[in-house]
Amino acid sequence: MTLLAVERIKLFSTRSPWWCMLLALGLTVGITAIIAGNWNEGPMPVLGAVFAHTFGLYVVMVMAALAVTTEYRFGTIKATFQAVPDRISPMVAKAAVVTALAALVGLAAGFGSWGLSWLLAGDTSQLALESANDWRHVAGVGLVYGAGALLALGVGALVRQTAGAVSIILVFALVLESVVGLIPNIGDDIQKWMPFTVASKFIMGDPDQGGMPADAGPPTVGALSPWGSFGYFVAIAVAMFVISLVVVKRRDA
Amino acid sequence: MIEAIGLTKRYGNTVAVDDLSFTVEPGRVTGFLGPNGAGKSTTMRMILGLDRPSAGKVLIDGKPYAKLDRPLRTVGALLDAKWVHPNRSARAHLQWLAKSNGIPQRRVDEVLDVVGLTKVAKRRAGGFSLGMSQRLGIAGALLGDPKVLLFDEPVNGLDPEGILWIRRFMQGLAAEGRTVLVSSHLLSEMALTAQDLVVIGRGKLISQSTTTEFVERSTENTVRVRSPHADKLGAMLVDKGFTVREDGEGVLIVSGATSDQVGEVAAGGGLVLHELSPQRGSLEEAFMQLTGDSVEYHAETGK
Ligand SMILES: Nc1ncnc2c1ncn2[C@@H]1O[C@H](COP(=O)(O)OP(=O)(O)OP(=O)(O)O)[C@@H](O)[C@H]1O
Ligand SMILES: [Mg+2]
Repeated sequence: MTLLAVERIKLFSTRSPWWCMLLALGLTVGITAIIAGNWNEGPMPVLGAVFAHTFGLYVVMVMAALAVTTEYRFGTIKATFQAVPDRISPMVAKAAVVTALAALVGLAAGFGSWGLSWLLAGDTSQLALESANDWRHVAGVGLVYGAGALLALGVGALVRQTAGAVSIILVFALVLESVVGLIPNIGDDIQKWMPFTVASKFIMGDPDQGGMPADAGPPTVGALSPWGSFGYFVAIAVAMFVISLVVVKRRDA
Repeated sequence: MIEAIGLTKRYGNTVAVDDLSFTVEPGRVTGFLGPNGAGKSTTMRMILGLDRPSAGKVLIDGKPYAKLDRPLRTVGALLDAKWVHPNRSARAHLQWLAKSNGIPQRRVDEVLDVVGLTKVAKRRAGGFSLGMSQRLGIAGALLGDPKVLLFDEPVNGLDPEGILWIRRFMQGLAAEGRTVLVSSHLLSEMALTAQDLVVIGRGKLISQSTTTEFVERSTENTVRVRSPHADKLGAMLVDKGFTVREDGEGVLIVSGATSDQVGEVAAGGGLVLHELSPQRGSLEEAFMQLTGDSVEYHAETGK
């Protein structure tokens, strides 16, 4: 418990987490506002309101990576491990704080986007949250942000450098997962199992009411059900984090 | 008490610390002395469990660091004053440290007061001068009122006032019965601060003794000779088993010999001398001689 408080003090006694959180929220909600304001292809579906969630996801992941890479950058990781030499418990505490925070930002982004769409869209007849799937589209953003943050924290702890960790995350999410689909024959099958593609299926997959127009963004693909997709994404995040714990424990601080 | 037993650390092919054994006693300031790259910081990181020894171990009051319960209450350390997040206030930095080891928050204000940073406690640590950062680091080391304190080159870059303050401060801590280990590459500084000395070079132990003993033993007298035939004279002195060092154009510093002996050798070779004077060696010279073979990076000395 005290270690949670320690990580909370650490996170909030510097400014960058605040900026990241604001940016994640502002970017997602702001882009959604533009989408909603310009929606003129019939009633706006719930999916349209959360379509922009990926922008905030990347920012939240950068925040999570920073939470650990700045500790390496400024040497405070040494003070941390001096204070708690088992190393695992402060890392787990950090993960708990960062993941919870990211999930909160995700919930705010999801519901904020949805609420703003409600205000701005011309036809809101399909925007009500009436089914479990509708709720998943919106509240799921919180879950994906949380899991994404854990994944990013693991990458950050492994790489230890801000620039390295951030580029790995962004290049993977923004470039690699799309490019991989271009490989002849097997590309599509590999892409189906890429973590961010799968995570997006959890948010966007199996809508009850109107889906996205065919030309709006990449299609949701994947062999798993939406919740199965989330499980898969979480498993990858946890695996990455556990690997980082093993490495952090063995490596010189 | 700190006990290093056969402590060894290899980074790839570099052996940073090589089978090092020493003890640091409570109630005294122990200087940890060695030239740049001797392995002082590496040893201190191993004491704190930050680096894993390649072999050997180091114990604090009989236990490895990782086995200490709430270690900041037993061991306080200042390894690098820059290990603070620059955008965090001095107080916030100490607050999270205190919290992590169940140290009451009022202790934060106490240590800020001890090091004289109360007025700037809310300022971001990144804007601190070197002296202020050093004081913040010391405040962090003192937080848990620890019995054992480690300081890595605490006076580096400080002005004379800051140096004096730190020196008195360490002596005060030792007088309270604490174990204090302070590293430095300056023997003159350690001669003023430390009662005991652990001297290392290239990761190996060179000597462990009291400072007085070390200074007496190592500041042996030398003889300065100036001669137009310095090269020839040097060779003859080396043949006789004396240690000879060149000290500029035509000048030799001979250790282990009296001026009589040097004069006789010169006369034996029929060599002209322009100067022959016995010298009381300086501390730094003695230290350089002692660690001379073990300095990792030799500066090119002028020909
Ligand atoms: N993390 C590391 N990786 C590789 N080599 C290292 C590492 N840390 C130290 N070394 C090497 O180990 C040796 C000892 O370094 P160390 O910093 O312990 O010396 P030092 O006595 O503290 O020197 P200084 O007086 O310059 O602070 C040096 O050769 C250094 O290059
Ligand atoms: Mg050093």
